[in-house]
Amino acid sequence: MNNSTALPISIRGLTKKYGDLNALNSVDLEIKSSEFLTLLGPSGSGKTTLLMAIAGFNRPDAGSIKFGDAEMVLTPPHKRDVGMVFQSYALFPHMTVSENIGFPLKLRGLAAKEARGRVDEALATVQLSGLGDRGIDQLSGGQRQRVALARAFVFRPRILLMDEPLSALDKKLREHMQIELKQIHRQLGVTTVYVTHDQREALTMSDRIAVINDGELVQVDTPEAIYNRPKDQFVADFIGESTMLALTRDGDGRLSFGAEIISSSTPDSSVSNWRLVIRPERLHLLEGGANTSEKQVVFRGRVTEYVFQGETAFALVALNDTTILSVRFGTGAGSRLRSLELGALVSVGLMREDVILIPEEGQM
Amino acid sequence: MSWWTSPATETQISHGDRFWLYVLVAIIMLFLVIPTLIVIPMSFSDSQYLEFPPEQWSLRWYGEYFDSTKWMRATVTSLQVGFLTLLVATPLGTMAAYALFVSGHRFAKSIFLLLITPMIVPVILIAIGAFYAFGRMGINNSITGLVLAHTAMATPLVMIVITAALRSYDLNQERVARSLGATRIKAFFTVTLPQIKFSVVTAGLLSFLTSFDEVIIAIFVSGGNNATLTKHMFAALRDFIDPTIAAISTIMVGISTALLLAIQFVGSKKK
Repeated sequence: MNNSTALPISIRGLTKKYGDLNALNSVDLEIKSSEFLTLLGPSGSGKTTLLMAIAGFNRPDAGSIKFGDAEMVLTPPHKRDVGMVFQSYALFPHMTVSENIGFPLKLRGLAAKEARGRVDEALATVQLSGLGDRGIDQLSGGQRQRVALARAFVFRPRILLMDEPLSALDKKLREHMQIELKQIHRQLGVTTVYVTHDQREALTMSDRIAVINDGELVQVDTPEAIYNRPKDQFVADFIGESTMLALTRDGDGRLSFGAEIISSSTPDSSVSNWRLVIRPERLHLLEGGANTSEKQVVFRGRVTEYVFQGETAFALVALNDTTILSVRFGTGAGSRLRSLELGALVSVGLMREDVILIPEEGQM
Repeated sequence: MSWWTSPATETQISHGDRFWLYVLVAIIMLFLVIPTLIVIPMSFSDSQYLEFPPEQWSLRWYGEYFDSTKWMRATVTSLQVGFLTLLVATPLGTMAAYALFVSGHRFAKSIFLLLITPMIVPVILIAIGAFYAFGRMGINNSITGLVLAHTAMATPLVMIVITAALRSYDLNQERVARSLGATRIKAFFTVTLPQIKFSVVTAGLLSFLTSFDEVIIAIFVSGGNNATLTKHMFAALRDFIDPTIAAISTIMVGISTALLLAIQFVGSKKK
């Protein structure tokens, strides 16, 4: 049932203050029709405030929220036609599973027979067929999550909002549900805004991620772009693991770390101080004495720590007294290294394509 | 003596070690209950006067009560006022509790305290205040006046019971209902109310009891044809003491106990 009525959301200059606190500071965000967009940020960043503003549960001080061409800022929640899943699921304990899912249909005055068909269809979509007559207290955490989801899309809303819906589940189930949610989204084709503080979840599920911090959007991009080309230190730090090295710039605009030239030019000449962001898994340990070349930068240091974690392992390599690189590598026979013992002198390579440069904080 | 030496808790304390506590608690409970229960045998006495223990048993004082127009009229008044108080105080207190709980307004706490002052202020002050205020308004000795005063007494109880219920309720349920298409009022009635209904029933029964048992305000603002049962009893005790009072007291103890048991029953069913 591909949803032809999915709507784009256009947010302009959205501002919300709580006392002196700027919960949202002039946020502009265009969410495409049928897109799965994740609002990602630390707690208190404003991501939930933004979601609640889209749902209609708080009224912004300024700005506009449009669903398609219709201005929504003054529309009460029950007229927005938005499906919503809460972190606590907020299932109605005095109703059965079917009554929960049928609730929005009943409010819309659907005939009992048609409503029953839609409820069964929704139950099948979330793989709970046959559990309609159960009470809520007879369901497991994962099943409750599915009921909450079914209830949110059964009336074919134009927009689906989710506020950390998986955070109460254990890790295995959460990862399973991430994939399942993604599939259900593809099946329904409804514009979806998803809130999480879990960067891995955001990377797994989203078409695009909007990173939000202190009430402002920092970067809105695809998961690959967010990970490979973080715009600033906050994004680089918040998403994925990273080591940051301060670079020096010479008169010709070349950026280097120690003797190694990292970049032959400055990406933006108005910014003088740059940092190199290194993802641990983008580094590789080299046998013997490879040197920096056109293809890769080579760092040399001593192994100070080695940790085995199952599918990967990581080593800390001290380049000097203050700079320690974290290197992550596979644990299979192909990627193991003979000389990797504490105190050993090793070479670590970084391909030039994997070089990520960000401006030093406070220089934007 | 296995009970005597068996452990009373998960620690090493045995029932024997605790025996003095059991005795103490039994004495305290007797002290609390005897004054209430002593009227029951007295009401079945055949004597002209209140006496304990009765020498001869009879139901004549119950007959006296049920045959007296005065007592019957007072009983109807008390039931009427109690019921009307329930009808006014329960929705009023529920609305106030809900509004103050949900609003998050910075004065919400102060307003809550203000509304529950009738529980804190000595009842005699409220009675005197009501007497003068109702005098001006011309509603002394009327059902309306009594219901108003008793509502002021019962509303704080309702608010406390309902607020406690809302504390253990996930307000997100109401938000979900609204996002699914319910207006605020509809969301309250279809989602919130069914889940706090046991507390609402409890609050209603407590409101009724508050009014039905109340005597001080009734002495001041009720009278004539609209005097309550408690006011008549008080007057009767002062003027002439006969065992009719004991019979009525027994009936009232019965009604109160039945309602309290009903509240307990409602409460346990909730779980």
